[in-house]
Amino acid sequence: MEPFTTHTGRVVPLRRTNVDTDQIIPAEYLKRISRSGFEDGLFSAWRANEPDFVLNKREYAGADVLVAGHDFGTGSSREHAVWALQNYGFRAVISPRFGDIFRGNSLKAGLLTVVLPEDLVETLWQRAESDPQSEVTVDLTAREVRSGDLTAAFELDDYTRWRLLEGLDDIGLTQRHEADIDAFEAARSSFLPTISAPAPVT
Amino acid sequence: MIQLGKTLAEKVWDSHVVRRATGEPDLLYIDLHLVHEVTSPQAFEGLREQGRGVRRPDLTVATEDHNVPTDLLPIAGEQIKDVVSRTQVDTLRHNCKEFGIKLFPMGDAGQGIVHVIGPQAGLTQPGLTIVCGDSHTSTHGAFGALAFGIGTSQVEHVLATQTLPMDPFRTMAVNVEGELPAGATAKDIILAVIAKIGTGGGQGHVIEYRGEAIEALSMEARMTICNMSIEAGARAGMIAPDATTFAYVKDRGYAPKGADWDAALEHWRSLATDPDALFDREVTIDAATLEPYVTWGTNPAQGLPLSARVPDPASYDDEGERANVEKALAYMGLTAGTPLRDIPVDTVFLGSCTNGRIEDLRAAAAILRGRSVKDGVRMLVVPGSMQVKMQAESEGLDAVFTAAGAEWRSAGCSMCLGMNPDKLAKGERSASTSNRNFEGRQGPGGRTHLVSPAVAAATAVTGTFAGPADLS
Ligand code: SF4
Repeated sequence: MEPFTTHTGRVVPLRRTNVDTDQIIPAEYLKRISRSGFEDGLFSAWRANEPDFVLNKREYAGADVLVAGHDFGTGSSREHAVWALQNYGFRAVISPRFGDIFRGNSLKAGLLTVVLPEDLVETLWQRAESDPQSEVTVDLTAREVRSGDLTAAFELDDYTRWRLLEGLDDIGLTQRHEADIDAFEAARSSFLPTISAPAPVT
Repeated sequence: MIQLGKTLAEKVWDSHVVRRATGEPDLLYIDLHLVHEVTSPQAFEGLREQGRGVRRPDLTVATEDHNVPTDLLPIAGEQIKDVVSRTQVDTLRHNCKEFGIKLFPMGDAGQGIVHVIGPQAGLTQPGLTIVCGDSHTSTHGAFGALAFGIGTSQVEHVLATQTLPMDPFRTMAVNVEGELPAGATAKDIILAVIAKIGTGGGQGHVIEYRGEAIEALSMEARMTICNMSIEAGARAGMIAPDATTFAYVKDRGYAPKGADWDAALEHWRSLATDPDALFDREVTIDAATLEPYVTWGTNPAQGLPLSARVPDPASYDDEGERANVEKALAYMGLTAGTPLRDIPVDTVFLGSCTNGRIEDLRAAAAILRGRSVKDGVRMLVVPGSMQVKMQAESEGLDAVFTAAGAEWRSAGCSMCLGMNPDKLAKGERSASTSNRNFEGRQGPGGRTHLVSPAVAAATAVTGTFAGPADLS
């Protein structure tokens, strides 16, 4: 995973709430087995059917900080939603509230999701709408979002922040505790279910 | 300091902590990892890239469900026509072979929707931690397991380490008091809960469903409730294991046997929430006031009792909410003030991990017996697993459905998400027993109304939304 420290970019104001992951990327795009190339599926129904949809507006081309209404990323666990946003070019998403699984997925994959209160989201929307060229800085080191005269602190736990700043692989971190896992396994009850598995074929 | 009791969720969590350190998430052990074709290919690829193996193939099981066509005869090795779908299913087969994971492929008697096969095989047991790259993993919480959906990065993490670093959840009690009136079902309870607390209401929480009305439910009905916890924003839903749970698990394929059964039972009995435990949040619903529910909008919280009318956007004070309702009604092609009972449907879908179990099929068949699906309405009945299909056929339910004019299919997710050929056409309206009414969920431009199996069957007969009581 690439480290995330600070990012400055223009804002896409997505004035919608309850944007579920089926809207971010519909099921028909999930049949692929790759981890890239999902940008064509991003908000595909809205991009195809709504000429006024914000991503169809030329002034927001190349903007890479998405600011959305509350409950962004609810619904299906598909991590493809995170990949689609990243593949399209987004580096950060700001919303007053995220779906839990989406949030977890984004922070694993290096897409910074930032929770800001409704009134600040409204301010960012208004600024991006009146001046699409205005920029916002998402600073993970300082845990701040800055836009012109506005500075807003956001919360992110120290551990996740550290992992993102360093770009660390979660699995590698866990494997440092192999001995703890071995000890836990040795003490598991015998009544727990196991599935007799076929031998691996390589 | 007084040591308070613990909730069910906290007990299961605490007994799975492999490692706890200040300032870090807990490292949780995972007892059972369910895998399907859609959210796993990139995880297996990640393992290969890093030269990692699967730590516990014996705690991992896979099935083919999301992509599989349900109109084919379920013959092993049957080819899926859609090349991209076929590649994904073939990739799962290849990965399971390479890493030594048990797979229930299309045509196998054990195949079915991932959240239907775990319980039916007896793999889903009280007190376990269960994960799957699928948000409806919450279904398994009906047994008193801590079960939650994960993303593909986490699927890879569990494959490699059998653990997950997790920040603790908050706890929420949903008390469903009183007795459910005739005609109302578990689906109506959960749709009412979601309408009450909203799609974000359970965010960051594990919900424990409690109260008389919950205790009175069968395991299958409990699964319907826990299944839709995610639609209330919660990561997991749980119900304390009791005699109903134990009776359901006993003697199933992977259930503990002999002395192991006794040891397991003793453990399972200790899991219920302590009387002095506190929840971070509590919500109470009176079951006696419930009636069949129907959703009218494009998120699962936009639901109302069958006797209600399509809401008027003007009645919402909040400007954002009003705009949302207007947008939902425009998408759904509905006019404010229309009685829900007057809305005609094109399609009825009975199936999914919410309502594709044998009791659901029985409930619908009881209504359709001796009646017909209205002319011009298409009804699809898709059992949740091959075992459900065989059971239904042995009871003659398939004959009831086909005599009524419904289509009888083989097992899979089917029209729940329209990844296989079963889709709504643009503008088509469905009464669906599934769990999501998002825009385009059942096919681009399709309009979904979520209902119980009983309402689905009655609606198929009348052609407009109806409950069993509306039929003469
Ligand atoms: S039936 Fe629907 S909700 Fe359930 S696992 Fe399949 S696609 Fe997901």
